[in-house]
Amino acid sequence: MKFKNKIKIKVNGKKVVFDKNESIEMLIKKLKIPLNKVAIELNKKILNKKKINEIKLNNDDNIEIVHFIGGG
Amino acid sequence: MKKKDFLKIAKKNFNSRLIVGTGKYKNMTECAKAIKISGAEMVTVAVRRVNIVDKKKPLLMDYIDPKKITYLPNTAGCFNSSEALRTLRLAREIGGWKLVKLEVLGDKKNLLPDMIETLKSTEVLTKEGFEVMVYCNDDPLMAKRLENVGAKAIMPLAAPIGSGLGIQNKLNIQIIRKQTKLPLIIDAGIGTASDASIAMEMGCDGVLINTAIAKAKKPYQMAEAMKYAVISGRKSYLSGRIKKNIIASPSSPIKGLI
Repeated sequence: MKFKNKIKIKVNGKKVVFDKNESIEMLIKKLKIPLNKVAIELNKKILNKKKINEIKLNNDDNIEIVHFIGGG
Repeated sequence: MKKKDFLKIAKKNFNSRLIVGTGKYKNMTECAKAIKISGAEMVTVAVRRVNIVDKKKPLLMDYIDPKKITYLPNTAGCFNSSEALRTLRLAREIGGWKLVKLEVLGDKKNLLPDMIETLKSTEVLTKEGFEVMVYCNDDPLMAKRLENVGAKAIMPLAAPIGSGLGIQNKLNIQIIRKQTKLPLIIDAGIGTASDASIAMEMGCDGVLINTAIAKAKKPYQMAEAMKYAVISGRKSYLSGRIKKNIIASPSSPIKGLI
């Protein structure tokens, strides 16, 4: 029962083990991602960045974090 | 005083009629420098996953300031309407981008646009408040339909993306020019400076170039060449060229010949 307080989620296609009852804001902070330069999707639903501190992560959640890169 | 010749898109004025893509450069530094030299005030950018493993990867926004250069998020790599809509809705969430470049491809080999999906997406995005600049085929009827559903700029290809072939169907571009008052921007297929000049001489409002600059042996020099090609083509168009004539007309007067 080592992982009692952990959940498994997917971030940008990669499996990540994360603390239970944590918000998406915490995830972004832990990943050291500049919030003003990204957009976040939770299970294909785009999130309002101002409200991510209110959203708790659940087991099997699928998160996509995107930003701008060079393109034509 | 003469009115300044701005490129006006969705109520925004641009001095430069050259839009450049930010892909295919060796690195971000080269990309930023080439953009500066080109004088472009608008650049296309792609929406992709953040690299959560390697966080040292350079960020586009650290090299090209979106407060100084207008970002035009694109939907490159999207092959249907729902992918394109998802991408642009995400782009808007990054920081409020409403002016976007829609590009829905239908053919992986030739990267030609799927116009049915493109038309559908233009309509939905416009209703959602986006200002959509649309990459499209050089088909006057489709261009008209895009206009009818609210496109803010019509951007027909000169030739397939990255092909460098220049304008393949001048007649269709001329027909589109005649039928629309919307900004007409040649997107994709420009290979060299003269291709850009030709587009501008035909009355197009601007050109969008990526590969021709990024993949030139000397990108900075090509960025400069494109800058002047667009300016010179535009001035030539506004100047009203002489009629083509198969009979010569001497430049020096005959009168007073010794």
